[in-house]
Amino acid sequence: MCTTCGCSPTDTHQQSHRDDRHHHHTHELNLPRQHNEHDQNARIIAIESDILGKNNLLANGNRALLREKGVFTLNLVSSPGSGKTTLLERTLTDLRNFSRCAVIEGDQQTSNDADRIAATGVPVRQINTGAGCHLDAHMVSHALEEFDLEDLQLLFVENVGNLVCPAAFDLGEDLKVVVLSVTEGEDKPLKYPQMFHNSRVMLLNKIDLLPYLEFDVAKCLEMARRVNPEILIFQLSARSGQGMEEWYGWLKEQLQLKIGKQ
Amino acid sequence: MHELSITQSMVELCQQNAGGRKILSVTMEIGELSGVVADAVEFCFDACSRDTLLNGARLIIERIPGRGRCGCGAESPLHSYFDPCPVCGGFGLSVIAGEELRVRELEVE
Repeated sequence: MCTTCGCSPTDTHQQSHRDDRHHHHTHELNLPRQHNEHDQNARIIAIESDILGKNNLLANGNRALLREKGVFTLNLVSSPGSGKTTLLERTLTDLRNFSRCAVIEGDQQTSNDADRIAATGVPVRQINTGAGCHLDAHMVSHALEEFDLEDLQLLFVENVGNLVCPAAFDLGEDLKVVVLSVTEGEDKPLKYPQMFHNSRVMLLNKIDLLPYLEFDVAKCLEMARRVNPEILIFQLSARSGQGMEEWYGWLKEQLQLKIGKQ
Repeated sequence: MHELSITQSMVELCQQNAGGRKILSVTMEIGELSGVVADAVEFCFDACSRDTLLNGARLIIERIPGRGRCGCGAESPLHSYFDPCPVCGGFGLSVIAGEELRVRELEVE
């Protein structure tokens, strides 16, 4: 197989060229290539660039800014309805006297979640992505302009409810926290492996409902660790408060580490 | 459907590098573990390339197979993040290939 474009020298192409032409070219080491059906003057420009490079650059800018200001930043990701906003409401209320927090809310439409967060008294900015299925670093960089970062210690970014697309977009966070609720299937980590692979922490939420469900916790945790053996898991219920102390303990520890590094 | 914004970024990257010349083809690499669906990129490409230097260009997508390295030292094909090491059965292989999402080259007039 040709290592320049992946096609076979003699017959059909392995990969999806967008038309049915079979170009029987011989790739010479000296470019330009001699494509039979192409303009003989055609030239090859090597790009070798990451398509997400621009997002990653902006994300690194966000990360540097947040680091400089000493803000520990978590990117909360999950499917819709896993309880991210309820979890945040409770966390923000319970940590009120410990840490100065802020929230960036990402949703396609409405400011419903931002309104709920605002009711806790914490500064919040809503990003509506419209047709977009994820937040990106550019959107977050503008949202950051609206906070007094000097005054913040802990920033939660609640991403658009979606276990697929937000996995690919670095926002400049310290780490991703994936929320999975026990009303979903226990095999979510295997169905959406990229998200669980890219997350440092998993919060298994709504465990107060376990008596009413057939959710197999051990199986779920085993599947999550198959995708990411290092993932840190907390089992909790944002509604009943069960398990929340362990989550807060970890957050406080991380904040102290962050402050200690300044 | 993050393929739409990925395709838009890809078109932007090509435009920046084409030196104003019409682009005849673009070759991109999509890794098996990148979470990006090649068919969806192709679908978005028509709409995203219209009225740009890429209008009418061929999109050549090369899929890069996943490959992992286990703590035991073995290297193996990796089709998903939860494939175990075929030698020792361990999980959590380091990904050494398959996460690519790159524009490799352009062919311009």
